Amino acid sequence: MSSQEAVRHFHPRARDALNNPRIRQNFRRAMDGLMQKRATALQDHDTEALRDLGAAIRQRALSQLPDLLEQLEANCTRNGIQVHWAQDGDQACQIITDICQQQGARSVIKGKSMVSEEMELNHHLAEVGITALESDLGEYIVQLAEETPSHIIMPAIHKNTEEISELLHDKTGTQRSQDVDYLTASARAQMRQAFQRADVGLSGANFAIAETGTLCLVENEGNGRMSTTVPPCHIAVTGIEKVVQHLADVPPLLSLLTRSATGQHITTYLNMITGPRKAEEQDGPQAVHLVLVDNGRSDIYQDDQLLDTLRCIRCGACMNHCPVYTRVGGHTYGTTYPGPIGKILMPHLLGLEDTRDLPSASSLCGACGEVCPVRIPIPELLVRLRREAVDGDSSRPSVVRGHGVKRHWTEVGVWRAWAWLNSHPRCYRAALRLVMALRFLSPRRLGGWTRYRKAPRPAARSLHQHLLQRNRSSS
Amino acid sequence: MSQEARARILHHLRQRTDRALSVPTSNFRVMTPDTPTREQMLERFERCLTSVHGEVIHTPAAQWTDALRDLLQARQLKRLLLPARHAVGVEARAALADTEVEPMTYDRPIEDWQSELFEKVEVSLTSTEGGIAETGSLILWPDADQPRLMSLVPPIHIAVLDADRLYPTFQEAMQREHWATRMPTNVLLISGPSKTADIEQTLAYGVHGPRELIVLVRHP
Ligand code: SF4
Repeated sequence: MSSQEAVRHFHPRARDALNNPRIRQNFRRAMDGLMQKRATALQDHDTEALRDLGAAIRQRALSQLPDLLEQLEANCTRNGIQVHWAQDGDQACQIITDICQQQGARSVIKGKSMVSEEMELNHHLAEVGITALESDLGEYIVQLAEETPSHIIMPAIHKNTEEISELLHDKTGTQRSQDVDYLTASARAQMRQAFQRADVGLSGANFAIAETGTLCLVENEGNGRMSTTVPPCHIAVTGIEKVVQHLADVPPLLSLLTRSATGQHITTYLNMITGPRKAEEQDGPQAVHLVLVDNGRSDIYQDDQLLDTLRCIRCGACMNHCPVYTRVGGHTYGTTYPGPIGKILMPHLLGLEDTRDLPSASSLCGACGEVCPVRIPIPELLVRLRREAVDGDSSRPSVVRGHGVKRHWTEVGVWRAWAWLNSHPRCYRAALRLVMALRFLSPRRLGGWTRYRKAPRPAARSLHQHLLQRNRSSS
Repeated sequence: MSQEARARILHHLRQRTDRALSVPTSNFRVMTPDTPTREQMLERFERCLTSVHGEVIHTPAAQWTDALRDLLQARQLKRLLLPARHAVGVEARAALADTEVEPMTYDRPIEDWQSELFEKVEVSLTSTEGGIAETGSLILWPDADQPRLMSLVPPIHIAVLDADRLYPTFQEAMQREHWATRMPTNVLLISGPSKTADIEQTLAYGVHGPRELIVLVRHP
């Protein structure tokens, strides 16, 4: 089964997750903590004004996207950063593989990059004999467990200390321990060797600044700084939507990002890279590459409403506050990006055929839209994608791949008949009488509806008849 | 391949199905709070930095090397990596000459002494370009004299900050100092020791970078 097909089976996975008390406990505890921290961190701020600003900055960047991408490229090139473009994940993997092979690289050390997860880079590198080691502690744990991240900020959040201790013991021979400091220190020791040996460092980028040709990396651990400073070659890979116009646009977005994500005023490190090592400098990579990946983003860009999806700064607040995500966990979605942002982004990346259940895996409670730091109207986008899934082209040609996949001829037929009946009164009344007379024949099972509810039964007398009688008796 | 992809992507973006987008205005007022006094900034800086496990030591500017010497002595730190040309390094070297501290210099490319840097150095000393009160952050512009890894690889990082180089916010620091026109290879904001919460939300320090960050605040 390909990983894309695997995405489809949302419902069986959701049932399994709901029946797994450990998963539910791990997520509940973590999400409660994160919600609390975010609320505290935003207390001393005019949150709403800051969100307005965040949304405006991202929208401004998107409104000039092609120009800013060209400006970014020109400034990066001037600074000595080599810029590459990829239309999809495979192209991006090929570009990265080529750079690695030119370097004669055998090993790549990776800082956190969701885009590299999106294109399954590790897998591609392994095929040509290059090992990729994740250096973010959470990603490292997930890699050892041969799993995928279950959260975009905290990849190993689905595991508790005991499970991690057991995993590290099995795979790396550390002692079993509940002592988080000990576990962290042993991972540090192993990673320090790896940083020194690696031929290439790979990272994502939180923001790419067009005005100066600068890449910004936001992190707490320092593994991002290591990956982008120690190896002789650094490759940054990022989506084309990550560009911002000015350097001055960074502080508000950074402030929103860290507060929304983990409730920090700022992360331990903000690492701004504006070029490779200069002749007189003693460290930093000799070569820096930037790979700009489209992978469906320019399709989203075509539509005014869907465009809002591209404002995302990947803070994860929407998943932290999502009652569905908290209960089913990140792996249930089967996609690189889980939770609300995944539900509005993945249909574009993979097509609605494979992601048809995602837009409807929501109660539309609206929590995600309320916390999103760049004001993405996630619930409205979910409704839009639901409509795309059953009926994409009715008003104009749809830009969503796989639109109309949930369209079913019986449903279409029923609605057509319903519309016809309601515009032909005599037939309507005849049909109504027939239904009331044959009400005992109405089906007991109605697909998904009756899984948790009773089937509705037509009444013996219509509302119309009731009202007629009441009017008569009162007059 | 890349050139073809570039042309296709840009073309697709420019030929949008929906009309061309208008550019919204952004109101930055929320980023500029009332100007705080130096005392308020210092208080906020220290509160933020200590809340994330950073340490702050105040010292009169004239006696800052005494504070450094006491600090190194108290912790019995010997192998100290420090700048060769920057005043911070020059003054510290002079003041530590008669102690047991073994000064080390980052005067070769990393390739030539990588394992020594990773395994031998116990503590590093760097200057800073200033600090940010709002978030308790240090601003570093690494250069040939104080390379990027100096503030990352050694397990303890001591940074020197002048009290009159505190800016209220990140925004103000970059605007007042015109960063946009002169970005160097690398700019860093450092706000505390390296940390992770990846194991069940439990904080652990020193995961990849320093486990301790000590800031010597010099008062004029
Ligand atoms: S959609 Fe909004 S809340 Fe969710 S990750 Fe993106 S920016 Fe954060």
